[in-house]
Amino acid sequence: MKLKVGLFSFTSDEGCSMIFLELMNSYFFKWKDLIDFKYFKLLKSKNELKDLDVAFVEGAISTFKEEKKLREIRKNSKILVAIGSCAVNGSPSNQRNFFSQDTKNEIKMILDNFGHKDKVSALSEIIKVDFSVPGCPMDENVFLDVLNKCLKEFKVI
Amino acid sequence: MHEDFEIKIENLSKIEGHANLDIKVRKGKVEYVKLKISENKRFYTQAIRGKKFESVPQLVSRICGTCSIAHLTCCTEAVEKALEINPSEQTLLLRKLMMYGMMIRDHAMHLYLFCLPDVFGKDSVLDFDEKQHELIHHAFEVKKAGNDLSKLIGGRAIHPPYAQIGQFLHLPDKNETKQVIEELKKVRSHIFELVRIFYDCPFTFRKRTRFVALTTEDFSFLEGVIKTSQKITIPEENYWEHLHRVIIPYSQATGFEFEGKDFMVGALARMNLNKEKLHKETKKDLAKYIRIFPSENIFHNNLAQAIEIMHCIDHSIEILETTEFKQEPKIEVKIKKGKGVGVIEAPRGTLYYAISLDKDGKILYGNLVIPTAQNQIKMENDIKTLVSRNLNKSKKFIQNEIEKLIRAYDPCMMCATHFLKVNWI
Repeated sequence: MKLKVGLFSFTSDEGCSMIFLELMNSYFFKWKDLIDFKYFKLLKSKNELKDLDVAFVEGAISTFKEEKKLREIRKNSKILVAIGSCAVNGSPSNQRNFFSQDTKNEIKMILDNFGHKDKVSALSEIIKVDFSVPGCPMDENVFLDVLNKCLKEFKVI
Repeated sequence: MHEDFEIKIENLSKIEGHANLDIKVRKGKVEYVKLKISENKRFYTQAIRGKKFESVPQLVSRICGTCSIAHLTCCTEAVEKALEINPSEQTLLLRKLMMYGMMIRDHAMHLYLFCLPDVFGKDSVLDFDEKQHELIHHAFEVKKAGNDLSKLIGGRAIHPPYAQIGQFLHLPDKNETKQVIEELKKVRSHIFELVRIFYDCPFTFRKRTRFVALTTEDFSFLEGVIKTSQKITIPEENYWEHLHRVIIPYSQATGFEFEGKDFMVGALARMNLNKEKLHKETKKDLAKYIRIFPSENIFHNNLAQAIEIMHCIDHSIEILETTEFKQEPKIEVKIKKGKGVGVIEAPRGTLYYAISLDKDGKILYGNLVIPTAQNQIKMENDIKTLVSRNLNKSKKFIQNEIEKLIRAYDPCMMCATHFLKVNWI
């Protein structure tokens, strides 16, 4: 049995996805036998969000649409891991939270037009997060530790 | 065949970032094509205001995970021009090497992981079978070599800490340099096959196109003049005067026209406008493939990227083998009021930064023009043409062709939406 994994990306620079692709330089063939990538938009177009063992989520939540999707991911994943600084504590994607009132007024039209929330949030402000991998971009070694923990927990290794 | 139909693609895959596409056809005519870049804005233009100049390149590096080195380098160049700092020859060489590392990694990711599945008619590199496994090994070895080159110079491949305004904090270690040279030499042989695959690939979309690129004397993506296929030459600092910002109400990214018309930036533009300046080893070994440029086949953007990987490898090997890097005195910075423009070639095309500093060295404003934003209008127009040319085909076929074409442009939605200038009254 393989570990059913999804990779999701919200408001961010996708730098953690890039770190993941770089880890694949060394782990692709190993992971191919251990992991079933059910959802991975960066590498495939046929993606399914259902019965995931582990969801790795990058990015902060800035729109209502993102919030809804995050809740859907949570509902369909046994374990949810926040990867990278934006997901773990909101930064730097949350920099508009700290703008002056003038600057906030300047960007208001865009926020309203595209369904942005008043405040950009870290994942844990919205749903329960099981593990966090901090860093900008995320710390590779912590990520590998968490992944190994999950592989063991679901008895894949 | 089809008089009326609509195509909606939610969440285009195998590109960087988020985008949707809406197409409406009525009475056998394409009524509209809306490429909706749905990546959420992170307001970097606003966020850098008031920040001290030395912290800003590392901050804007976070605009994009894949080409962070391009943002960092371009912003650094703009700040240096504003403060009249002249980096040493050695610093410029290190910058070239760091950029080459990024180009190798970024192009390899796009070609092997995003485009090859199209060539082999598979959904994903994850579905490749035994026959294609060797190419997967190549993919990760090439990507790793690029990564290791950027790490050697910048300390990290994404958001590299050693690269600072005016200088590098750290010089490449001699033993690690040797290893990287070996690695580059090893993966060089993989690129022949990659180039051949995209040369033999039958995908074609031809249309009259205006190409724009920063052309450099050694094809190093850093310093030169902007040229166009209309034979116009523009100094870096005047580029903005030729651009026209177009507000696209359904997209979170702004589009740009060049002198009022759509245009294309990126590897294809660079190859069309500057191929003579490729490294001599690249020109010698890939002459047959380089000969087909200039080309107006958008899918040749992929071939151009593959050739650029070879150039980056060849020039990097030459620089690393012939340069003795030495500790240099620390750069003296005199803080003053000023404006500076930086223009470089990022993997996806021309990147423009204008930075204005106050007398304390704080950012008054920054203006950025991103490659994908420059290509956005042409991408839409090309999709419109593609749909018009294929109205007698099935929707599934058309959708697949569109996705292939968009991927050939190698768009990056994170970059495209970093900023906003409100002037849409």
